[in-house]
Amino acid sequence: MIWFQLLMFLLVAAGGTGTVLTRDPKKQVIVLSFYGMLLSILFLALQAPDVALSELAVGAVALPLMLLVAIANVRKKLHK
Amino acid sequence: MRLLPYIVAAWLLLTGLYGIVTSRNLLHVIVCLSIVQSSTYVLLLSVGYRTGAIAPIFAEHPPGTPAVDPVVHALVLTDIVVGATVTALLFALAVQVFKRRGEVDPARLRPLRE
Amino acid sequence: MSPRFRKWLFLVSTLGLALLLFWAVVALPGFGNYPGPYGDLLNSVAVYERHVTNIVTAVNFDYRVLDTLGEEFILFAAATGVMLLLREQRAAPHYRLPASPRAVFARSDAARWMGLGFIGALMAFGIYIVLHAHLTPGGGFQGGAILGSTSLLVYLASKESVYRRVTPKFLAELAECAGAGGYVVIGIGALLAGGAFLQNVLPLGQTGNLASSGTIWLINFSIGVEVTGAFSILFLEFIKEVPEREDSA
Repeated sequence: MIWFQLLMFLLVAAGGTGTVLTRDPKKQVIVLSFYGMLLSILFLALQAPDVALSELAVGAVALPLMLLVAIANVRKKLHK
Repeated sequence: MRLLPYIVAAWLLLTGLYGIVTSRNLLHVIVCLSIVQSSTYVLLLSVGYRTGAIAPIFAEHPPGTPAVDPVVHALVLTDIVVGATVTALLFALAVQVFKRRGEVDPARLRPLRE
Repeated sequence: MSPRFRKWLFLVSTLGLALLLFWAVVALPGFGNYPGPYGDLLNSVAVYERHVTNIVTAVNFDYRVLDTLGEEFILFAAATGVMLLLREQRAAPHYRLPASPRAVFARSDAARWMGLGFIGALMAFGIYIVLHAHLTPGGGFQGGAILGSTSLLVYLASKESVYRRVTPKFLAELAECAGAGGYVVIGIGALLAGGAFLQNVLPLGQTGNLASSGTIWLINFSIGVEVTGAFSILFLEFIKEVPEREDSA
Protein backbone atom coordinates (compact mmCIF):
# COMPACT_ATOMS: atom_id res chain seq x y z
CA MET A 1 0.00 0.00 0.00
CA ILE A 2 1.47 3.28 -1.01
CA TRP A 3 1.41 6.18 1.43
CA PHE A 4 -1.18 8.09 -0.60
CA GLN A 5 -3.73 5.29 -0.35
CA LEU A 6 -3.03 4.98 3.36
CA LEU A 7 -3.59 8.72 3.79
CA MET A 8 -6.85 8.65 1.82
CA PHE A 9 -8.20 5.67 3.78
CA LEU A 10 -7.55 7.48 7.05
CA LEU A 11 -9.02 10.73 5.72
CA VAL A 12 -12.18 8.92 4.53
CA ALA A 13 -12.59 7.28 7.95
CA ALA A 14 -12.20 10.68 9.60
CA GLY A 15 -14.52 12.33 7.07
CA GLY A 16 -17.25 9.75 7.62
CA THR A 17 -16.99 10.17 11.38
CA GLY A 18 -17.12 13.93 11.01
CA THR A 19 -20.22 13.73 8.81
CA VAL A 20 -22.02 11.56 11.34
CA LEU A 21 -21.03 13.74 14.29
CA THR A 22 -22.21 16.93 12.58
CA ARG A 23 -25.69 16.94 14.04
CA ASP A 24 -27.05 20.04 12.30
CA PRO A 25 -28.12 19.10 8.74
CA LYS A 26 -27.43 22.64 7.59
CA LYS A 27 -23.74 22.27 8.44
CA GLN A 28 -23.80 18.68 7.29
CA VAL A 29 -24.33 19.83 3.68
CA ILE A 30 -20.78 21.13 3.49
CA VAL A 31 -19.24 18.22 5.40
CA LEU A 32 -21.10 15.69 3.25
CA SER A 33 -19.89 17.34 0.07
CA PHE A 34 -16.33 17.27 1.39
CA TYR A 35 -16.71 13.60 2.33
CA GLY A 36 -17.91 12.84 -1.21
CA MET A 37 -14.81 14.52 -2.57
CA LEU A 38 -12.53 12.51 -0.24
CA LEU A 39 -14.22 9.27 -1.32
CA SER A 40 -13.80 10.25 -4.94
CA ILE A 41 -10.05 10.82 -4.48
CA LEU A 42 -9.74 7.49 -2.65
CA PHE A 43 -11.45 5.70 -5.54
CA LEU A 44 -9.04 7.37 -7.94
CA ALA A 45 -6.15 6.09 -5.82
CA LEU A 46 -7.65 2.58 -6.04
CA GLN A 47 -7.47 2.71 -9.86
CA ALA A 48 -11.22 3.18 -10.28
CA PRO A 49 -11.66 6.32 -12.42
CA ASP A 50 -15.20 5.34 -13.44
CA VAL A 51 -16.33 5.09 -9.85
CA ALA A 52 -14.48 8.27 -8.91
CA LEU A 53 -16.34 10.18 -11.62
CA SER A 54 -19.65 8.75 -10.43
CA GLU A 55 -18.93 9.66 -6.82
CA LEU A 56 -17.75 13.15 -7.77
CA ALA A 57 -20.95 13.94 -9.70
CA VAL A 58 -23.30 12.36 -7.18
CA GLY A 59 -21.62 12.36 -3.76
CA ALA A 60 -19.93 15.73 -3.92
CA VAL A 61 -22.58 17.68 -5.87
CA ALA A 62 -26.02 16.09 -6.35
CA LEU A 63 -26.54 14.55 -2.91
CA PRO A 64 -25.57 17.65 -0.87
CA LEU A 65 -27.78 19.75 -3.16
CA MET A 66 -30.73 17.45 -2.53
CA LEU A 67 -30.06 17.64 1.21
CA LEU A 68 -29.93 21.44 0.97
CA VAL A 69 -33.29 21.60 -0.80
CA ALA A 70 -34.80 19.11 1.66
CA ILE A 71 -33.65 21.31 4.57
CA ALA A 72 -35.28 24.34 2.95
CA ASN A 73 -38.53 22.38 2.78
CA VAL A 74 -38.37 21.28 6.39
CA ARG A 75 -37.59 24.77 7.69
CA LYS A 76 -40.38 26.44 5.76
CA LYS A 77 -43.17 26.24 8.32
CA LEU A 78 -40.99 27.24 11.24
CA HIS A 79 -40.66 30.67 9.65
CA LYS A 80 -44.35 31.43 9.45
CA MET B 1 -1.64 -2.88 7.24
CA ARG B 2 -3.15 -5.41 4.89
CA LEU B 3 -6.43 -5.22 6.80
CA LEU B 4 -6.65 -1.44 7.16
CA PRO B 5 -9.04 -0.85 4.19
CA TYR B 6 -11.48 -3.44 5.52
CA ILE B 7 -11.31 -1.96 9.00
CA VAL B 8 -12.02 1.48 7.54
CA ALA B 9 -15.10 0.02 5.80
CA ALA B 10 -16.29 -1.62 9.03
CA TRP B 11 -15.63 1.64 10.90
CA LEU B 12 -17.78 3.61 8.44
CA LEU B 13 -20.58 1.04 8.81
CA LEU B 14 -20.53 1.18 12.60
CA THR B 15 -20.18 4.98 12.81
CA GLY B 16 -23.11 5.40 10.43
CA LEU B 17 -25.22 3.04 12.54
CA TYR B 18 -24.25 4.97 15.67
CA GLY B 19 -25.40 8.17 13.98
CA ILE B 20 -28.72 6.59 13.01
CA VAL B 21 -29.38 5.27 16.52
CA THR B 22 -28.59 8.52 18.30
CA SER B 23 -30.04 10.93 15.75
CA ARG B 24 -32.61 13.59 16.59
CA ASN B 25 -33.37 14.59 13.01
CA LEU B 26 -34.70 12.52 10.11
CA LEU B 27 -32.50 14.32 7.58
CA HIS B 28 -29.47 13.47 9.70
CA VAL B 29 -30.62 9.83 9.76
CA ILE B 30 -30.73 9.74 5.96
CA VAL B 31 -27.23 11.21 5.64
CA CYS B 32 -25.92 8.63 8.15
CA LEU B 33 -27.54 5.92 6.05
CA SER B 34 -25.61 7.18 3.02
CA ILE B 35 -22.40 6.90 5.09
CA VAL B 36 -23.31 3.28 5.86
CA GLN B 37 -23.85 2.76 2.15
CA SER B 38 -20.46 4.26 1.30
CA SER B 39 -18.80 1.65 3.53
CA THR B 40 -19.82 -0.99 0.99
CA TYR B 41 -18.09 0.98 -1.76
CA VAL B 42 -14.86 1.10 0.20
CA LEU B 43 -15.07 -2.63 0.98
CA LEU B 44 -15.82 -3.73 -2.60
CA LEU B 45 -13.15 -1.57 -4.21
CA SER B 46 -10.57 -2.71 -1.64
CA VAL B 47 -11.35 -6.36 -2.33
CA GLY B 48 -10.89 -5.84 -6.08
CA TYR B 49 -7.63 -3.90 -5.78
CA ARG B 50 -4.31 -5.34 -6.87
CA THR B 51 -1.02 -3.69 -5.98
CA GLY B 52 0.68 -2.06 -8.93
CA ALA B 53 -2.10 -2.88 -11.41
CA ILE B 54 -3.66 -0.42 -13.84
CA ALA B 55 -7.30 0.66 -14.10
CA PRO B 56 -9.38 -1.75 -16.26
CA ILE B 57 -9.20 0.58 -19.26
CA PHE B 58 -7.05 -0.56 -22.14
CA ALA B 59 -7.09 2.58 -24.28
CA GLU B 60 -3.36 3.12 -23.77
CA HIS B 61 -2.19 -0.23 -22.43
CA PRO B 62 -2.27 -3.50 -24.39
CA PRO B 63 -4.88 -6.03 -23.20
CA GLY B 64 -3.29 -8.45 -20.76
CA THR B 65 -1.57 -5.79 -18.63
CA PRO B 66 -2.40 -6.69 -14.99
CA ALA B 67 -5.45 -4.63 -14.02
CA VAL B 68 -7.76 -4.34 -11.03
CA ASP B 69 -11.14 -6.11 -10.97
CA PRO B 70 -13.69 -4.40 -13.28
CA VAL B 71 -16.67 -6.27 -11.86
CA VAL B 72 -16.66 -4.51 -8.49
CA HIS B 73 -16.24 -1.16 -10.30
CA ALA B 74 -19.36 -1.88 -12.34
CA LEU B 75 -21.28 -2.81 -9.17
CA VAL B 76 -20.21 0.27 -7.26
CA LEU B 77 -20.65 2.85 -9.99
CA THR B 78 -24.24 1.88 -10.75
CA ASP B 79 -25.03 1.72 -7.07
CA ILE B 80 -23.74 5.25 -6.42
CA VAL B 81 -26.11 6.75 -8.99
CA VAL B 82 -29.08 4.51 -8.21
CA GLY B 83 -28.49 4.93 -4.47
CA ALA B 84 -28.64 8.71 -4.85
CA THR B 85 -32.14 8.50 -6.34
CA VAL B 86 -33.26 6.24 -3.52
CA THR B 87 -31.79 8.72 -1.01
CA ALA B 88 -33.79 11.43 -2.78
CA LEU B 89 -36.90 9.30 -2.23
CA LEU B 90 -36.04 9.13 1.48
CA PHE B 91 -35.63 12.92 1.58
CA ALA B 92 -39.06 13.25 -0.02
CA LEU B 93 -40.49 10.95 2.66
CA ALA B 94 -38.87 13.06 5.40
CA VAL B 95 -40.30 16.23 3.87
CA GLN B 96 -43.69 14.55 3.77
CA VAL B 97 -43.43 13.53 7.43
CA PHE B 98 -42.59 17.10 8.34
CA LYS B 99 -45.58 18.45 6.44
CA ARG B 100 -47.99 16.04 8.08
CA ARG B 101 -46.61 16.17 11.61
CA GLY B 102 -44.55 19.37 11.76
CA GLU B 103 -41.69 17.39 13.29
CA VAL B 104 -38.50 15.69 12.12
CA ASP B 105 -37.27 14.33 15.46
CA PRO B 106 -37.86 10.56 15.36
CA ALA B 107 -38.11 10.42 19.16
CA ARG B 108 -41.09 12.81 19.13
CA LEU B 109 -42.93 11.15 16.27
CA ARG B 110 -45.65 8.89 17.61
CA PRO B 111 -47.48 6.27 15.53
CA LEU B 112 -50.39 7.65 13.55
CA ARG B 113 -53.69 7.50 15.38
CA GLU B 114 -56.03 8.58 12.62
CA MET C 1 -37.05 3.25 25.42
CA SER C 2 -35.03 6.12 26.84
CA PRO C 3 -32.26 7.56 24.64
CA ARG C 4 -29.66 6.65 27.25
CA PHE C 5 -30.74 3.01 27.39
CA ARG C 6 -30.89 2.85 23.62
CA LYS C 7 -27.35 4.20 23.34
CA TRP C 8 -25.98 1.58 25.76
CA LEU C 9 -27.89 -1.22 24.08
CA PHE C 10 -26.43 -0.07 20.78
CA LEU C 11 -22.86 0.13 22.09
CA VAL C 12 -23.04 -3.39 23.54
CA SER C 13 -24.51 -4.95 20.40
CA THR C 14 -22.10 -2.99 18.23
CA LEU C 15 -19.21 -4.57 20.07
CA GLY C 16 -20.56 -7.95 19.03
CA LEU C 17 -21.08 -6.82 15.43
CA ALA C 18 -17.57 -5.34 15.33
CA LEU C 19 -16.08 -8.65 16.49
CA LEU C 20 -18.06 -10.56 13.86
CA LEU C 21 -16.96 -8.10 11.16
CA PHE C 22 -13.35 -8.40 12.24
CA TRP C 23 -13.60 -12.18 12.15
CA ALA C 24 -14.96 -11.99 8.59
CA VAL C 25 -12.36 -9.48 7.45
CA VAL C 26 -9.34 -11.42 8.73
CA ALA C 27 -10.23 -14.27 6.38
CA LEU C 28 -10.28 -11.99 3.31
CA PRO C 29 -7.26 -11.96 1.02
CA GLY C 30 -5.07 -9.03 2.11
CA PHE C 31 -5.42 -5.64 0.48
CA GLY C 32 -3.75 -5.60 -2.94
CA ASN C 33 -3.95 -9.37 -3.52
CA TYR C 34 -7.07 -9.64 -5.65
CA PRO C 35 -7.46 -13.40 -6.19
CA GLY C 36 -10.65 -13.78 -8.23
CA PRO C 37 -10.64 -15.30 -11.69
CA TYR C 38 -13.56 -13.29 -13.11
CA GLY C 39 -11.92 -9.89 -13.25
CA ASP C 40 -8.76 -11.27 -14.83
CA LEU C 41 -10.74 -13.27 -17.34
CA LEU C 42 -12.78 -10.22 -18.38
CA ASN C 43 -9.69 -8.03 -18.54
CA SER C 44 -8.02 -10.41 -20.96
CA VAL C 45 -10.95 -11.29 -23.25
CA ALA C 46 -13.38 -8.34 -23.25
CA VAL C 47 -11.31 -6.17 -25.59
CA TYR C 48 -11.34 -8.88 -28.26
CA GLU C 49 -14.86 -10.18 -27.60
CA ARG C 50 -16.69 -6.86 -27.43
CA HIS C 51 -14.31 -4.33 -29.08
CA VAL C 52 -14.34 -1.98 -26.08
CA THR C 53 -11.41 -0.50 -24.18
CA ASN C 54 -13.31 0.37 -20.99
CA ILE C 55 -14.02 -3.02 -19.44
CA VAL C 56 -16.26 -1.57 -16.72
CA THR C 57 -18.74 -0.42 -19.37
CA ALA C 58 -18.63 -3.84 -21.02
CA VAL C 59 -19.45 -5.47 -17.67
CA ASN C 60 -22.32 -3.07 -17.02
CA PHE C 61 -23.95 -3.09 -20.41
CA ASP C 62 -23.09 -6.53 -21.75
CA TYR C 63 -21.82 -9.19 -19.36
CA ARG C 64 -24.15 -8.12 -16.55
CA VAL C 65 -26.71 -6.36 -18.70
CA LEU C 66 -29.75 -7.97 -17.08
CA ASP C 67 -28.53 -6.87 -13.66
CA THR C 68 -28.20 -3.30 -14.90
CA LEU C 69 -31.77 -3.50 -16.23
CA GLY C 70 -32.88 -4.16 -12.65
CA GLU C 71 -30.77 -1.27 -11.33
CA GLU C 72 -32.25 0.98 -13.97
CA PHE C 73 -35.77 0.21 -12.87
CA ILE C 74 -34.88 0.92 -9.23
CA LEU C 75 -33.76 4.35 -10.42
CA PHE C 76 -36.95 4.75 -12.44
CA ALA C 77 -39.16 3.68 -9.54
CA ALA C 78 -37.38 5.96 -7.05
CA ALA C 79 -37.69 9.02 -9.30
CA THR C 80 -41.36 8.22 -9.89
CA GLY C 81 -41.84 7.81 -6.13
CA VAL C 82 -40.39 11.26 -5.45
CA MET C 83 -42.72 12.70 -8.07
CA LEU C 84 -45.76 11.03 -6.53
CA LEU C 85 -44.88 11.93 -2.94
CA LEU C 86 -44.31 15.60 -3.59
CA ARG C 87 -47.15 15.95 -6.07
CA GLU C 88 -49.80 14.51 -3.78
CA GLN C 89 -48.87 17.12 -1.21
CA ARG C 90 -49.62 20.02 -3.50
CA ALA C 91 -53.03 18.64 -4.36
CA ALA C 92 -54.20 18.73 -0.73
CA PRO C 93 -55.63 22.26 -0.37
CA HIS C 94 -55.02 22.89 3.34
CA TYR C 95 -51.32 22.24 2.96
CA ARG C 96 -50.88 24.66 0.06
CA LEU C 97 -48.46 27.53 0.47
CA PRO C 98 -49.94 30.99 0.97
CA ALA C 99 -50.41 32.64 -2.42
CA SER C 100 -48.50 35.77 -1.49
CA PRO C 101 -46.13 37.14 -4.15
CA ARG C 102 -42.81 35.41 -4.02
CA ALA C 103 -39.90 37.70 -3.41
CA VAL C 104 -36.89 36.67 -5.45
CA PHE C 105 -33.67 37.13 -3.58
CA ALA C 106 -30.96 38.53 -5.77
CA ARG C 107 -28.09 36.36 -6.92
CA SER C 108 -24.67 37.89 -6.54
CA ASP C 109 -22.76 38.85 -9.67
CA ALA C 110 -20.18 36.17 -8.92
CA ALA C 111 -22.82 33.42 -8.72
CA ARG C 112 -24.49 34.67 -11.90
CA TRP C 113 -21.35 34.83 -14.03
CA MET C 114 -19.80 31.65 -12.72
CA GLY C 115 -23.06 29.78 -13.22
CA LEU C 116 -23.67 31.01 -16.75
CA GLY C 117 -20.04 30.52 -17.67
CA PHE C 118 -19.97 26.90 -16.60
CA ILE C 119 -23.27 25.71 -18.09
CA GLY C 120 -21.92 25.22 -21.60
CA ALA C 121 -18.70 23.58 -20.47
CA LEU C 122 -20.50 21.19 -18.12
CA MET C 123 -23.05 20.23 -20.77
CA ALA C 124 -20.29 19.46 -23.25
CA PHE C 125 -18.41 17.47 -20.60
CA GLY C 126 -21.51 15.47 -19.66
CA ILE C 127 -22.30 14.64 -23.29
CA TYR C 128 -18.69 13.63 -23.88
CA ILE C 129 -18.79 11.33 -20.84
CA VAL C 130 -21.98 9.65 -22.07
CA LEU C 131 -20.80 9.17 -25.65
CA HIS C 132 -17.32 7.80 -24.89
CA ALA C 133 -18.39 5.24 -22.31
CA HIS C 134 -16.87 2.29 -24.16
CA LEU C 135 -13.49 3.98 -24.69
CA THR C 136 -12.55 6.08 -21.66
CA PRO C 137 -13.73 6.30 -18.02
CA GLY C 138 -17.35 7.37 -17.85
CA GLY C 139 -20.72 6.23 -19.08
CA GLY C 140 -24.41 6.85 -19.07
CA PHE C 141 -24.73 6.81 -15.29
CA GLN C 142 -22.02 9.39 -14.63
CA GLY C 143 -22.72 11.56 -17.68
CA GLY C 144 -26.45 11.50 -16.91
CA ALA C 145 -25.83 12.62 -13.33
CA ILE C 146 -23.68 15.50 -14.61
CA LEU C 147 -26.20 16.53 -17.29
CA GLY C 148 -29.16 16.25 -14.92
CA SER C 149 -27.47 18.50 -12.38
CA THR C 150 -26.23 21.04 -14.91
CA SER C 151 -29.60 22.72 -15.39
CA LEU C 152 -29.49 23.51 -11.69
CA LEU C 153 -26.77 26.05 -12.48
CA VAL C 154 -29.47 28.08 -14.24
CA TYR C 155 -31.45 28.15 -11.00
CA LEU C 156 -28.40 29.19 -9.00
CA ALA C 157 -27.40 31.84 -11.52
CA SER C 158 -30.79 33.40 -12.27
CA LYS C 159 -34.29 32.78 -10.92
CA GLU C 160 -36.74 29.95 -10.69
CA SER C 161 -38.95 30.97 -13.63
CA VAL C 162 -35.95 30.96 -15.98
CA TYR C 163 -34.87 27.58 -14.60
CA ARG C 164 -38.31 26.14 -15.28
CA ARG C 165 -38.34 27.51 -18.81
CA VAL C 166 -35.01 25.90 -19.77
CA THR C 167 -35.86 22.59 -18.02
CA PRO C 168 -39.37 21.70 -19.17
CA LYS C 169 -40.95 19.08 -16.94
CA PHE C 170 -42.44 17.37 -19.95
CA LEU C 171 -39.02 16.91 -21.55
CA ALA C 172 -37.50 15.51 -18.34
CA GLU C 173 -40.33 13.00 -17.97
CA LEU C 174 -40.08 12.06 -21.61
CA ALA C 175 -36.32 11.49 -21.28
CA GLU C 176 -36.78 9.32 -18.21
CA CYS C 177 -39.44 7.15 -19.81
CA ALA C 178 -37.77 6.95 -23.21
CA GLY C 179 -34.48 5.94 -21.61
CA ALA C 180 -36.04 3.26 -19.43
CA GLY C 181 -38.18 1.96 -22.27
CA GLY C 182 -35.36 2.18 -24.80
CA TYR C 183 -33.29 -0.29 -22.78
CA VAL C 184 -36.07 -2.88 -22.95
CA VAL C 185 -36.74 -2.15 -26.62
CA ILE C 186 -33.07 -2.84 -27.43
CA GLY C 187 -33.41 -6.13 -25.54
CA ILE C 188 -36.51 -7.12 -27.50
CA GLY C 189 -34.78 -6.04 -30.71
CA ALA C 190 -32.08 -8.61 -29.95
CA LEU C 191 -34.81 -11.24 -29.58
CA LEU C 192 -36.26 -10.28 -32.97
CA ALA C 193 -32.81 -10.48 -34.54
CA GLY C 194 -32.62 -14.10 -33.43
CA GLY C 195 -30.47 -13.70 -30.31
CA ALA C 196 -31.26 -13.92 -26.60
CA PHE C 197 -32.84 -11.05 -24.66
CA LEU C 198 -30.33 -8.14 -24.57
CA GLN C 199 -27.71 -10.14 -26.45
CA ASN C 200 -25.14 -8.05 -28.30
CA VAL C 201 -26.30 -8.70 -31.87
CA LEU C 202 -25.10 -5.57 -33.67
CA PRO C 203 -21.81 -5.44 -35.61
CA LEU C 204 -19.01 -4.63 -33.17
CA GLY C 205 -17.02 -2.25 -35.37
CA GLN C 206 -13.39 -1.20 -35.03
CA THR C 207 -11.99 -1.17 -31.47
CA GLY C 208 -11.35 2.42 -30.38
CA ASN C 209 -13.85 4.02 -32.76
CA LEU C 210 -16.79 5.99 -31.43
CA ALA C 211 -19.15 3.77 -33.45
CA SER C 212 -18.14 0.41 -32.03
CA SER C 213 -19.09 -2.16 -29.36
CA GLY C 214 -22.56 -2.92 -30.80
CA THR C 215 -25.50 -2.66 -28.41
CA ILE C 216 -23.23 -1.60 -25.51
CA TRP C 217 -23.14 1.89 -26.97
CA LEU C 218 -26.91 2.02 -27.52
CA ILE C 219 -27.81 0.73 -24.07
CA ASN C 220 -25.32 3.12 -22.51
CA PHE C 221 -26.89 5.99 -24.43
CA SER C 222 -30.41 5.12 -23.28
CA ILE C 223 -29.15 4.93 -19.68
CA GLY C 224 -27.58 8.38 -20.14
CA VAL C 225 -30.91 9.78 -21.34
CA GLU C 226 -32.78 8.15 -18.49
CA VAL C 227 -30.45 9.30 -15.71
CA THR C 228 -30.47 12.84 -17.13
CA GLY C 229 -34.26 12.79 -17.02
CA ALA C 230 -34.42 11.27 -13.54
CA PHE C 231 -32.02 13.77 -11.96
CA SER C 232 -33.79 16.69 -13.69
CA ILE C 233 -37.11 15.46 -12.30
CA LEU C 234 -35.68 15.14 -8.78
CA PHE C 235 -34.41 18.72 -8.76
CA LEU C 236 -37.55 20.08 -10.44
CA GLU C 237 -39.75 18.43 -7.81
CA PHE C 238 -37.69 19.44 -4.80
CA ILE C 239 -37.18 23.02 -5.90
CA LYS C 240 -40.86 23.51 -6.61
CA GLU C 241 -41.36 22.99 -2.89
CA VAL C 242 -38.93 25.69 -1.81
CA PRO C 243 -40.44 29.16 -1.46
CA GLU C 244 -38.20 31.74 -3.06
CA ARG C 245 -38.82 34.03 -0.13
CA GLU C 246 -36.49 31.93 2.01
CA ASP C 247 -33.58 34.04 3.24
CA SER C 248 -30.14 32.58 2.84
CA ALA C 249 -29.40 32.41 6.58
